[in-house]
Amino acid sequence: MAAAPFSWINPEPHGIHIAPADCWVDPSRPVDKALVTHGHADHARGGHGQTVATPETLAIMELRYATRDGATPVEYGETIRLPGGVDATYIPAGHVLGSAQILLEHAGERVIVTGDYKRRHDPTCPPFEATPCDIFITEATFGLPVFCHPPIEEEMQKLLERLAAHPDRCVLVGAYALGKAQRVIAELRRAGHTDPIYLHGAMEKMCRLYEEHGVDLGELRLVSDADKDEMRGHIVVCPPGALNDRWSRRLPDPITAMASGWMRIRQRARQRNVELPLVISDHADWGELTRTIEEVDASENWITHGREDALLRWCQLHQRRARALALVGYEDEDD
Amino acid sequence: MDEFAALIDALVYTRSRNEKLRLIAEYLRATPDPDRGWALAALADGLDFPAVKSSTIRNLLKDRVDPVLWTLSRDFVGDTAETASLLWPAPGNEPDPPGVSETVELLSALTRKSVLTGLPKLLDRLDASGRYALLKLATGGMRIGVSSRLAKTAFAQAFAVSVDQVEEYWHGLEPPYDPLFAWAAHGQAPPDIENLPTFRPFMLAHPLEDTVVDLADYAAEWKWDGIRVQLVRAGEETRVYSRSGDDISVTFPELLDVLPFPAVLDGELLVRGSTQGGEEGGAASFNALQQRLGRKTVSKKMLTEFPAFVRLYDALLIEGEDVREQPWTARRSRLEALMARLPDSHFDISSVVEARDFGHLAEIREGSREDAIEGLMLKRKDSPYIAGRRVGYWYKWKRDPLLIDCVLMYAQRGSGKRSSFFSDYTFGCWNGDPDKGADLLPVGKAYSGFTDEELKKIDRHVRQNTINRYGPVRETEKTLVFEVAFDSVHESKRHKSGLAMRFPRIHRIRWDKPAHEADRIEALRALIRD
Repeated sequence: MAAAPFSWINPEPHGIHIAPADCWVDPSRPVDKALVTHGHADHARGGHGQTVATPETLAIMELRYATRDGATPVEYGETIRLPGGVDATYIPAGHVLGSAQILLEHAGERVIVTGDYKRRHDPTCPPFEATPCDIFITEATFGLPVFCHPPIEEEMQKLLERLAAHPDRCVLVGAYALGKAQRVIAELRRAGHTDPIYLHGAMEKMCRLYEEHGVDLGELRLVSDADKDEMRGHIVVCPPGALNDRWSRRLPDPITAMASGWMRIRQRARQRNVELPLVISDHADWGELTRTIEEVDASENWITHGREDALLRWCQLHQRRARALALVGYEDEDD
Repeated sequence: MDEFAALIDALVYTRSRNEKLRLIAEYLRATPDPDRGWALAALADGLDFPAVKSSTIRNLLKDRVDPVLWTLSRDFVGDTAETASLLWPAPGNEPDPPGVSETVELLSALTRKSVLTGLPKLLDRLDASGRYALLKLATGGMRIGVSSRLAKTAFAQAFAVSVDQVEEYWHGLEPPYDPLFAWAAHGQAPPDIENLPTFRPFMLAHPLEDTVVDLADYAAEWKWDGIRVQLVRAGEETRVYSRSGDDISVTFPELLDVLPFPAVLDGELLVRGSTQGGEEGGAASFNALQQRLGRKTVSKKMLTEFPAFVRLYDALLIEGEDVREQPWTARRSRLEALMARLPDSHFDISSVVEARDFGHLAEIREGSREDAIEGLMLKRKDSPYIAGRRVGYWYKWKRDPLLIDCVLMYAQRGSGKRSSFFSDYTFGCWNGDPDKGADLLPVGKAYSGFTDEELKKIDRHVRQNTINRYGPVRETEKTLVFEVAFDSVHESKRHKSGLAMRFPRIHRIRWDKPAHEADRIEALRALIRD
């Protein structure tokens, strides 16, 4: 007797479980075997017996959690066979360096777990590839129609104009240490900004890792090695948590900026004391989410972490089958 | 509108007061008349366009966006105008932003019917920032962290004039304040307000807190629990102004023909009764006064049942003479001398509280609870009458608040700075013995009294302990105890518990206290002093 359709894949509170292989996608607690979509802390945790991920994601995890044991690299486009007759293929997700969607195939059924993704250009990682499947498990971090990320060129322009208008001050950009910071720096270079950019110490290693993977970030200097005056008229990048921290006292009269999709909402920016909000996100905005659901055209959509309610409603209005998964441990990161 | 929208955005993201002043002043200097006058009015007082309401915006959006998606978005963003500006469908055309004056003109011409086509046309001419500025402008309060005083200070700074003078002229003029700009920006004669019954800004008091004053330098008065008013007579007309400078003359018609000479007087508006200061004092509780507030028409019955009078504190102008520069003692004597010329039916004078020393005064204040008086005022004897709150001159010394332990029942998201946080709380007391199955009955709502850190903690508690959702309202597990402070409690038909608190605020969060140990309704009822 054939098993019920898709009975082999089960969303559990702590991750998505693939029964025949007894293995988990992005589990939020240690398991024997984990498939990891990308290196952000709410998806990639240390302590698994075996971790299957792209080489870039494995390098990031090694840097962050010193997890070397059981690392199994999979290249983009490569398929590996898991126990129980399950095939897993890693496909670019366009979120951060090394980020992948994972296509799972079993008994002729195809399921994609996106992890996090975006559809915009990003000089630090290959673009998202829309891939046909039966069940599409999508994130919904910015799953409200108010979220519409402007073109990044506009935001870079805003940043550079403000910098030029205040040659005696510096612009301090809060950006998530993995992905956002490097993307912002790479985009500044693309916009023709060749001056040295100053880094908070916590970002240095990740930037070096990006450079080792072929992302050119130009001249980077550490704030801790610089004197106050040399940073006037320059851009400083730090993790969001350091924006209003005592650490920033060493900077020359900083203008506080933050690169995040949440900056679209004025009060969110105010809550963080941000003077220069930069609407830059590594997640799909509402338009990208809905367009992707249409393009992938799965017979069913499962919606995870974020504002599931609204995306669920959209699916209902557009006669697309959908359900919300209650996964724990995914947070509104400072994206 | 582009420059105005850019100003609004810049103000939203600016914390520093000096930087806000600089931004507004720069805009006022660079913008032509009458655009800048309208912008100043919008920042300082908000403009009123009766046809445009928050509900109008909601309805327009619900015709264009799925209602469920609208509600989810509004709930997340926490501000109707901002949500609408973000959700408004991008028009096919290039933006063609109208000027501020043109916008004001178009908005003023709208009726309840034409607003449904007129407002969308305007929105279609703007980008997202412009739409935000337009909707804020159209619905009145900007709520962008700019007070009326700050806007006026920026005006004064822009044209190097005195802000006190600006305040003085302000209330005699209408937007877009042409005579004000003619005077400040174009060097013409100042506006003539002598024969107009205009509002003068109140002198306000600081909380006394731990300060101890010497009664040789300070006089004490009761702080009466009514509403502070300014009575102005000029050019044969009398007006009553509230503390914020709103003209509330229509609500108190009995006061409009009892002031027989031109003057500007400061006092407490009260209703006849016996709660405050006993039979002799002759004032009813605030609850009685509340029956009279906010009415556009007043019935004869109201006038007889709740007759209003003014208990005078101070005089600013007497028959054309400006006495504000004189010390309090001199103004007080002038006021006392005036009493003979004012009818007892509608005026008395707030008596000075005599005490041997500060300690004696503290004892007297302790006793004031029974009299439902708010506390004491301390006024420096040599203080001139100065607009606003100046340190060292006047202090308010409120009696200590009443306290009661309540249990959190419902929470709702806040707006503005607190959007997305659950910051509005409804709490209740036990209607009987909780160990024998008694329920909680809601007794009040509070939005303040906690720090940002505490707010985050309560917000987390609400999210993790939600048991029901009613639209934007979350019902929580009945586990968290708030020690609630309030000024007084009254009978009320509006609430199921039959009680209403005045100025409830969170005093302490009792993470440690089990909910069944919170207070019962009877305990709250016992604190009624009406």
